Amino acid sequence: MSLWVRTMSSNGSSPFVECQVPISNIEQILLGHGSGGKLTSQLIERIILPAFCNPALEALDDQAVFSLDGARLAFTTDSYVITPIFFPGGDIGELAVNGTINDLAMGGARPLVLSLAFILEEGLPISDLTRIVDSAKRAAERVGIQIVTGDTKVVGRGSADKVFINTSGIGVIPPGVNLSSRHVRPGDAVLLSGPIGDHGVAIMSTRQGLEFEGELMSDTAPLHDLAAAMLAASRDIHAMRDPTRGGLAASVVEIASRQRVGIEIEERSIPIRDTVRGACEILGLDPLLVANEGKLVAFVPERNADVLLDNMRQHPLGRDACRIGKVTAEHPGFVILHTPVGGDRVLDLPFGEALPRIC
Amino acid sequence: MKYLDEYRNGSIASNLVRKIAAVVRQPWVLMEVCGGQTHSIVRYGIDRMIPGAIELVHGPGCPVCVTSLEMIDKAHSIAGRSEVIFTSFGDMLRVPGTRGDLLTLRSRGADIRVVYSPLDAVRIARQNPGKRVVFFGVGFETTAPANAMAIFHAKRAGVKNFSMLVSQVLVPPAMAAILQAPGNRVQGFLGPGHVCAVMGYREYESVCERYRVPMIITGFEPVDLLEGILMAVRQLESGRAEVENQYSRAVTREGNLPAKNLIFDVFEVADRQWRGVGSIPKSGYKISFEYRDHDAEKIFEVDSIGTRESCHCISGLILRGLKKPLDCPAFGKECTPQSPLGATMVSAEGACAAYYQCGRYLDTKANESSGHVATASPETGR
Repeated sequence: MSLWVRTMSSNGSSPFVECQVPISNIEQILLGHGSGGKLTSQLIERIILPAFCNPALEALDDQAVFSLDGARLAFTTDSYVITPIFFPGGDIGELAVNGTINDLAMGGARPLVLSLAFILEEGLPISDLTRIVDSAKRAAERVGIQIVTGDTKVVGRGSADKVFINTSGIGVIPPGVNLSSRHVRPGDAVLLSGPIGDHGVAIMSTRQGLEFEGELMSDTAPLHDLAAAMLAASRDIHAMRDPTRGGLAASVVEIASRQRVGIEIEERSIPIRDTVRGACEILGLDPLLVANEGKLVAFVPERNADVLLDNMRQHPLGRDACRIGKVTAEHPGFVILHTPVGGDRVLDLPFGEALPRIC
Repeated sequence: MKYLDEYRNGSIASNLVRKIAAVVRQPWVLMEVCGGQTHSIVRYGIDRMIPGAIELVHGPGCPVCVTSLEMIDKAHSIAGRSEVIFTSFGDMLRVPGTRGDLLTLRSRGADIRVVYSPLDAVRIARQNPGKRVVFFGVGFETTAPANAMAIFHAKRAGVKNFSMLVSQVLVPPAMAAILQAPGNRVQGFLGPGHVCAVMGYREYESVCERYRVPMIITGFEPVDLLEGILMAVRQLESGRAEVENQYSRAVTREGNLPAKNLIFDVFEVADRQWRGVGSIPKSGYKISFEYRDHDAEKIFEVDSIGTRESCHCISGLILRGLKKPLDCPAFGKECTPQSPLGATMVSAEGACAAYYQCGRYLDTKANESSGHVATASPETGR
């Protein structure tokens, strides 16, 4: 992440400084700060990390890991502000539970308990809240965990958008499991559990009122069981990520730049449903940058890759798992995408909001 | 997926590259006109797959990029008014004017909305009779029919609170300006597929004849572009200068007649300022007298806005095919999509932004560490 910040700072001796359009001095929070792109990285690098610096935070994994009386615990928090609150394939309640479980699962943790805190906008129908709570309850029951604490606040009309949910989650990491992006090494294979882009495209097309042939549904799902099945097949897995905000691109680019390894991705090996591809073409979006809520990308030693792929494919959430690339010692810090027609490009994070193009 | 897979097929693509290599005898400079084509070329790495003798330079066909600073400032001024709901295609929101971009204005409370169709803006106007709804009508001939339809529809349905801030530009005058400019390097064009889907290609025949340059109306997928390059090189090597249609699945010689009739009804040809290039005579559309009640420039008093461009930006040279993004010392350093100095960096389809997004500002560093992407040199981007 620090790489991007450095490349964007201006050089004091440059002739360009005096006539530069001063728009890099952003004074307010923009929606782009929440996009998962470079603006998000800058916000974290410049404001959050310096304030709270400590080793657990600075790992910048999806969860913090710490030891307590010999047990290794994973701890995570997340907030859900999605619009619309009900969408094809799920709703904000189920999404909040699954998303928090996934943040724990990507650290190899078995989820133990969750908290849910609701910020409700004045005027929200009680029936909507009931639906969301029921859905969160069912999602927790499916995983076999309990929501053990929570909170409700109400704010005036216009001060929130219907309902926001903040969560936290605690899980326990089994002995011998040690997943972290710090362990990613040249020679690792990069595995993906299934087709990308389902969630983001389902949300975007609902917002735009677009209808497509074929089903377009969020892929929201708890990944703890798939992750556990993989770890049962081999403890020798280096890192896992669920490519949510910023999509698959953000997951691999962050690991390459932070861990100073090169990553090569074969674009044609990345599974994308036809409906999602079509919708992305129409909406002018790159599926690599679109959010997922039920997929994982794993960095594993090459010798375990085939066993793990077989294992993933036997799990309902990993049926379409595939190998999409490899980690290399070449071009450290960069992800090279091999395009289907035989060209190459460096895969990079977008700057801010993904905006649809004119033509 | 039909119409996508066959045009992104690796073996068809490599076959075309072999054919190009077999045909080419001497160096040629080709310009792809459209920003969408530039984006595709850089995204798929097409300029690095073709023989080194063929240089692709990137044309002025990104409507967001060439929208004048003055027009962006007008949009800013209108969108900041409390009685206005300002609507636009998404990528215009990030373009910096003299006082920042529309996204920042939105963060300060202005009601600015992204729409996918200008007709959505007319619908918003109907739903908000107490507001004035303005749509930012930007684009080449491609967006002109939909923009014209929105104005036509608003007038017919009596949606009086809908207006459009029009900054429509036209391709043929820009091509002529490039070919007339001193030091022109462009020897052939990959013509704008979607513009021609609307307008046809009859009007380009006289340009090709007059300036003795071939033009291949070309699509936007990798195989389209490679086939367009092959057709252009074949013409150049055999001394021909004709309009040929690679994109025949979408384009006819006469174009889309109902769409053209609607354009000619609602708009009339006018001089336009192009960001990075300057004023080009008869190079755009404005709203015709009959539809003046929907012309935002007439409704809102936004005449005299003084604007100032960055002094060192070379986007004007890039838009005319004289330079390429990696020729600019500011590229990827002082000038990024986050803090663009000029036209070709402001929109996703501008040549500089396309290079940046596809990581080409990192190429030199990636090369230094491994030599992996060693086909690009900092001087030419090739």
